[in-house]
Amino acid sequence: MKNSTLHLKLNGNEKTFLIDPADTLLDFLRETAQLTGTKEGCGKGECGACTVLLDGKPVNSCLVMAVQAEGRSVTTIEGIKSDKRFDALRASFLEHGASQCGACTPGFIISSAALLTDNPDPTDKEIRSALEGNLCRCTGYLKIFSAVKHAAENKGER
Amino acid sequence: MTKIIGTSPLREDARVKIDGAAKYVDDLSFPGMAYAMLVRSPFPHAKISEIDASHALELPEVVAVITAKDIPGKNKIPIVFDDQPCLAEDEARYIGEPVAIVVANDRRTAQIAATLVSVKYSELPAITDPLLSLAEGAEKVNPVLGNILSRHKVNKGDVDSAMSIADVVVEGEYKTGYQEHAYIETQGVIAVPENEGGIALYGSMQCPFYIHKALGYVLGIPLSKLRVIQTVTGGAFGGKEDFPSLPATHAAIAAYLTSRPVKLVMTREEDILCSTKRHPGIVRIKYGARRDGTIIACDAEYILNAGAWSTLSPIVLWRGTVHSGGPYRIENFRVDAKAVATNSVPNGAFRGFGQPQVCFANESLIDELAVKLGMDPVELRLRNALDIGLETLTNHVIKESCGLKKVISLVRDEVKWLENRSRKERVLSNGKYYGVGFSAAFYGTGLGAGGKKIDRSGAFLQVAFDGSVQIAVGTTEMGQGHNTVLSMIAAEELGADVKKVSMLPIDTSRVPDSGPTVASRATMMSGQAIRDAAKQVRKIIHDVVAKRLGVAVETLEFEPGVIFSGAKKITFEEAVTWCFDERVHLAAQGWFKAPNTEWNSENGLGDAYYAYTYTAIGAEVAVDKETGEVEVLRIVSGHDIGKAINRREVEGQIQGGAVQGMGYALYEDLVSTNGKIIRPNFSGYIIPTAADIPEIKPVIVEEPYEGGPFGAKGLGEPPLIAIAPAIANAIFDAIGVRIKKLPMTPERILETLEAVR
Repeated sequence: MKNSTLHLKLNGNEKTFLIDPADTLLDFLRETAQLTGTKEGCGKGECGACTVLLDGKPVNSCLVMAVQAEGRSVTTIEGIKSDKRFDALRASFLEHGASQCGACTPGFIISSAALLTDNPDPTDKEIRSALEGNLCRCTGYLKIFSAVKHAAENKGER
Repeated sequence: MTKIIGTSPLREDARVKIDGAAKYVDDLSFPGMAYAMLVRSPFPHAKISEIDASHALELPEVVAVITAKDIPGKNKIPIVFDDQPCLAEDEARYIGEPVAIVVANDRRTAQIAATLVSVKYSELPAITDPLLSLAEGAEKVNPVLGNILSRHKVNKGDVDSAMSIADVVVEGEYKTGYQEHAYIETQGVIAVPENEGGIALYGSMQCPFYIHKALGYVLGIPLSKLRVIQTVTGGAFGGKEDFPSLPATHAAIAAYLTSRPVKLVMTREEDILCSTKRHPGIVRIKYGARRDGTIIACDAEYILNAGAWSTLSPIVLWRGTVHSGGPYRIENFRVDAKAVATNSVPNGAFRGFGQPQVCFANESLIDELAVKLGMDPVELRLRNALDIGLETLTNHVIKESCGLKKVISLVRDEVKWLENRSRKERVLSNGKYYGVGFSAAFYGTGLGAGGKKIDRSGAFLQVAFDGSVQIAVGTTEMGQGHNTVLSMIAAEELGADVKKVSMLPIDTSRVPDSGPTVASRATMMSGQAIRDAAKQVRKIIHDVVAKRLGVAVETLEFEPGVIFSGAKKITFEEAVTWCFDERVHLAAQGWFKAPNTEWNSENGLGDAYYAYTYTAIGAEVAVDKETGEVEVLRIVSGHDIGKAINRREVEGQIQGGAVQGMGYALYEDLVSTNGKIIRPNFSGYIIPTAADIPEIKPVIVEEPYEGGPFGAKGLGEPPLIAIAPAIANAIFDAIGVRIKKLPMTPERILETLEAVR
């Protein structure tokens, strides 16, 4: 039952929602906030498809209760899309063929965005390590690594 | 010279996926939508005496509880033999078998209500081991077909005599485990009642026309009142070929009976427990060879654990059967293959379709043969490799497009075979043991003799006033790049700009039936159908252009975006405007029928397929003898695919397939005890992660196939098939033990090392 209020900064905007306190952050984002770009892959924090930024840090939104986001900042793929800092990252995913079926892609973009924000010049090892919590079943990961690497190298050019 | 084919235009479908704007089925909702949840059998085999839904129906948010007796049409799912029910009626035959459908106003209530439906079961003896199912007097597992769901044999030459005169004979038994598709988007559908009394079914799928037929069966209404709409599909790998018919019929029945849209999206746990998987296999195989390395005989036995219902098992088994001796010319060949019923989850299509099991066996045994002959394993493969003029295991004489020897040689060089194989220093600085292994395979592209009745494709192409082009086919994009590749083919053949070609979203009421998106066939079959349509439309355009320019139509030449005759030149867009002025119809239907195959089902001989993709894999590994862990250092994956239409997407298939093959080889261990799958999640079932990925070097060979678009053959499945034996052979090279069971987990490697100590 939606009988609890949630105030948060969602994709840069202060918002208030009426929510079901039993909802996870993922349920809230997809069903109440209608932000369906965040995907559910397993519901158990094992695949990373539902990764969002909570106060700038990547989390599995299926493992966080919606009420835990009270007063905090949440960024979803919809927020990344309208943030110019990540245009090069998104373009690089396209150019490198890093998205096939796409179900894991928003999660990978979020994890990569978090990495590049903290560490603008990651090594190959750091890229792999930042993406270890995200499963992809289509690409074999290599084109994703190249996309992130390339986005880091070209950050000033776009 | 082609201008678009062979380049790498960007994938238009990826833009919205990257932005999170692509709508997968669970992202959609319809006014008044209800949610369905299945009540499933907790027993591998049980009599169902009563289903009492009263407690569930007491919940105010519960809309309906539906059982087999409520099904308006037939309680059957059409696949091959129509033996599988939509809902179990008197007996449940595997854990997870659907028994009732609960419909509620919200997802959570549906989940709770499903636990409140009380089903009275009396447990019956279950057979979960295929060998016990085959035993004399075994209880009948499948009530329609018995315990051997399907059997195929090939019998060529005189295997017994040839074995008796062979200088060297090797044999072995190889076992392979389940593999779960683990597409990131789980199975899901939404059924929506339509004003005219039919149902529109939205969902994640590979084969909309399979579902279309299934809906007609269970609802008992004409197919013309039913339509199936594919939503953006988050990975499939065969797992969304046959299986989605089941949830689709459940949702459709629920929508039909409640007159509300009904969403059914499976949880990951439910998906792993109940959806089809790669069949566990047992392969016993024997090669006889002359001292010089010529293989003169192969004798094989192949058993698949099919689960309770036959699904696609007959065809999976057939593909495995006709490929079971490997990509070699062998004069005497015999195989006896059976798909066996057990009280476990039905298995079905999975990338490779019965080939990875036999390939692991035959390619491991080829290395054993090389050891016994004292020959280099790559030399042995080259000596026996298929080539133009030679015949396959089933006596199909190869007449064109055979790059097997070339791909073997290129992969051998790329993996530095001779240098690495003869390395003296095998212990690496981290204490692990280095090894390099090789494998080869062939893959009959398309459905071949086993499925020729549906091996055809339809296409529709129309040009709009602005020169943009819309194409429609019934084969589907599921992540593999289908839409991009087919748009390129249309643009090349029509002479249009590839950026202006769009694919019509799949709706069975609007797109032609192009057959299923399986068997690595969509590029070949739909590609040819699109070319057929594009050529017709091009002719219409060129006739108008020739007339207006006052030149003979034969003098016209074209490139994407332009048409010219000598110095006269106009753009494609101008030409289209001229055509509209002339009131010609700029649209055409295309059709392609796969070539006929000659097949004798008595002896299993003939043209199993029309063309083959050829594969060679080189794998380098480092094995930790203390922990049994295998690190894959590098994979070289070579394929003769006729023509790489889009190089970047070809690489994507090769790399993705290699990693899925690595998972099959090393990590993916779906443990099932007495028909019950243990730990159905990604912490129990480990697929490769970013931490596991080696360098994967694609090697692309292009021996054109006349019957494919611009020479192309299929590629979707081959990249997975031969990975496991290459890794097994590399492990043998590293530590001298042969692992004969997949996955080659650390425990299994340690056990094997222990046994030889």
